[in-house]
Parts: sequence; C-alpha cells; structure tokens
Amino acid sequence: MKIGVLALQGAVAEHIRSIELAGAEGVAIKKKEELQDIQGLIIPGGESTTIGKLMRKYDFIDAIREFSAAGKPIFGTCAGLIVLAKTIEGQEEAHLELMDITVARNAFGRQRESFETDLDVKGINEPVRAVFIRAPLIRSVGDQVDVLSSYNGEIVAARQGHLLASSFHPELTDDYRLHQYFVDMVKAGQAS
Amino acid sequence: METGTSRVKRGMAEMQKGGVIMDVMNAEQAKIAEAAGATAVMALERVPSDIRAAGGVARMADPTIVEEVMKVVSIPVMAKARIGHYVEAKVLESLGVDYLDESEVLTPADEVFHIDKWDFTVPFVCGAKDLGEALRRIGEGASMIRTKGEPGTGNIVEAVRHMRLINSQIRKVQSMSKDELYAEAKNLGVPYDLLLGVHENGKLPVVNFAAGGVATPADAALMMHLGADGVFVGSGIFKSDNPEKFARAIVEATTHYQDYKLIAEVSKNLGTPMKGIEISKLSPAERMSDRGW
Repeated sequence: MKIGVLALQGAVAEHIRSIELAGAEGVAIKKKEELQDIQGLIIPGGESTTIGKLMRKYDFIDAIREFSAAGKPIFGTCAGLIVLAKTIEGQEEAHLELMDITVARNAFGRQRESFETDLDVKGINEPVRAVFIRAPLIRSVGDQVDVLSSYNGEIVAARQGHLLASSFHPELTDDYRLHQYFVDMVKAGQAS
Repeated sequence: METGTSRVKRGMAEMQKGGVIMDVMNAEQAKIAEAAGATAVMALERVPSDIRAAGGVARMADPTIVEEVMKVVSIPVMAKARIGHYVEAKVLESLGVDYLDESEVLTPADEVFHIDKWDFTVPFVCGAKDLGEALRRIGEGASMIRTKGEPGTGNIVEAVRHMRLINSQIRKVQSMSKDELYAEAKNLGVPYDLLLGVHENGKLPVVNFAAGGVATPADAALMMHLGADGVFVGSGIFKSDNPEKFARAIVEATTHYQDYKLIAEVSKNLGTPMKGIEISKLSPAERMSDRGW
C-alpha cells in the first residue's frame, strides 16, 4: 500500500518516515500524475500560502478533489489542515474546500507562542505528544465532522469520513499512532 | 504546555523546508515576497549588497521596519542581530519576530563569544562554512543552519564550497570508528555528543539551508541539488530588474529543482539579475564569511 506526501513545500521526509513506521510505503508527490499511484495522501505542514500557490500553479486543486471524490483518504497536518478547509477565517478564498470546517490561521500567535503538550485523541488509547507550531485552530465544524481532539476548548483534530486533519504535527515525534490511524483508514477504504 | 522546546524551535525550521526565505526592506517588498510564495521573509534595513556599498557598522534593523513587515504578511518574519549581540536579539524577540539570524552580514559585536541561544524562546538560524562551525552553533542553541556563502555578491561559489565541505565532512564522520570520533571532536572543536549524532544519523540534527550568493533560479536549484533543505535569497531578488517575476521563478526552481525544463521555462526573460562580484576582488576585510568562528 502506497501513501503519498504532497511535496511542494514543507516537512515531507518526516511524514514519509512516520508512514513507513506505520507499515505502509511512503512516496513524495511532486506532479499531479503521481496521484494515480497512491491510495492515500498526506498534505504536510509548511507555509499554507506557499503550498496553496504551488498547488494552483501545478493544477493540483482539481486533481486532489477528484482523488477525494473517489473516496481515497487525505490527511492534512497544520498547513495541510488549512489547505483542506472549506472556509479560512479572514480570507475570501480557501484552497481545496473539501472538509466542512472553518479554520483560523496562526490562531495561537507567533512562533514564541508555539508549544508542545499531551493531548487525548479519540480513537487513540494513551495521550499523544502534540507539537503546535504557529498552528491553526478549527473554529467550527459541519454536521458530518467528528471532533477527535480539543485543546482548551478549541478543536485541534477532526475527521469527516475519509478526511483527517490535525492542527499539530504528529510527524515531529517518534510516536506514529496517528499515522497508524490514517494507514488503517486507507486500508479500510480499500477493503470496502 | 511547554514553549520554546528544541522540538518546537527545530520543528519551525522543518516547516520551512523546500522553501525560499527572502530579504525584504519594507512592507511593500514583504507583500511581493509573500505573493510570490516565499515561506518567510527576513526584515532588514539594507540588503547585503547595499551594506557592502555603504560600509561602516551594520546593525540590527530599525524596529519600525520589522513591525511594518510583521503587520502586512501572515508568513513568518525573521530578523538579524549582530554576532554576539545578546540585547539586539532580545529586542527582536520582544517585538515578536519568529526567527532570529545571528548574522555575519552585520558587523560582529563580540569577537570571542556568540549569543547563548538556549536563553531564548524564539529559535535562531546561524551561518556556517564547515561542520565544526555548524555544530558549535547548534551546541550554543541554534535550531537551523545555513551556509554563509558570500552575502551580497550574487556569486554562488562560496555557498557551493560551504555546502560541499559540510557534506563531505559529514560523510567522513559517518565512516569513523568511535575512538576516531573523540579525536575528531577535538579537531573540529565541537561537543562530542553532537558529533556522535552526526556519525549515527549521517546528517545535522537541524535543517541546513543555502545562503550567500543565490542570484538566479538555477543557483537556487543547484543548492538544492547539493543537498540544501531550502534557500535564503538576500540581495538577489530586490536588486534584480523584475523582483516579482524573479521571486516567483526562484520559488518554482526550488520546489522543482530536478525539473530542468521547468527551470528553463521560469528562467526566460527574467531581465538582468543583480550585478555580481568576483570573490577574488574582495579584500579579506570585505569578506563577510570570515566573521564568526
């Protein structure tokens, strides 16, 4: 089973490492044609404005929407969560508009406010060490969205069917349980 | 909840990977850089080539410029403090700058000691010419390394030299036996545990960007080809004929550094890049890369 990591900009190698720890094959995706070879896609952390611009430039928007329409799972972390969202607070235009969530960018403040903490995540037994870097928050979710984790009453991880998103960076720790969760989603998608 | 941990500081640099960090001197340039796809901007009073031309002592930028830039962009904002200038760095941190560059582009404030970077919540990037310098800076708390290159020259040769040297030294350290590592730590003047980490992992524990002389999209792609995690462009963009087009072209060439057709495409009709300087024409006193140790 192959899982791709969108490699336009950001922390690609870390996700590939975590995917492989979770027992799947990880590949970097630079061209939209490469989406045909994979069963699941991770949109990594990085700068969402940069990733969004490059996605438009290289025709990834429609290609990833088709990928999603085929029921193939997508996991967005930090910038990837912003890219997946239907609505971005304070911006007229969002990017993929796939997930029924409203996100706020840099919601915790600047880099000096970035932090790590232990978080409970629904579907994962023990708390996860969550690293937040100039992270976004999910302000509100639609009916179809299941909230997986909150921090101080604000939503930081959610799932809508085959779409998964987190404000924090599971790829920056050695704990690959959230990647395992995603790999299991991809497996379940193939079985059905 | 913990702020300013190594993971949070180094992770911030990981998020910049595959990206281009651009020097800007005002709000308008910052907006151009963000619109072109920069992953961060470095707010400066003067770009390195102007610092060279002006001479005299180069210091931290006027906080007004830094604040102006922070106000108009949503991407991270970096700023430079002089080598060893603890107070400039603390002042920039208090403004809310996202990343500090303890930089040889400015005139050093201390000829013996670099800043104790562990004492900051905000992460630091530092320049290095070789593995020893890189590990000494990391030992002092740097969360990101960049080649020094030779800033403000538009000449890539020094950045290439530094990147190649660091990589070849890493390969050499990887192949050493444990007893050789103790002696090598002494030779390089670096903490043993950091050297052991390089031996075991075959790479630095933080990301390593290219900087100092990147003037064209092909220069940026060359540095990525040599193993850089991303690119800083200083004078190259806003000293070129068409900064907007230049900035976009460098971003694309960095992402697709192995797609030579694409690099050819984005390199068309860019206008004149910044005028370069032959390194051998610089007197030793004019070489910024010799600052720091």
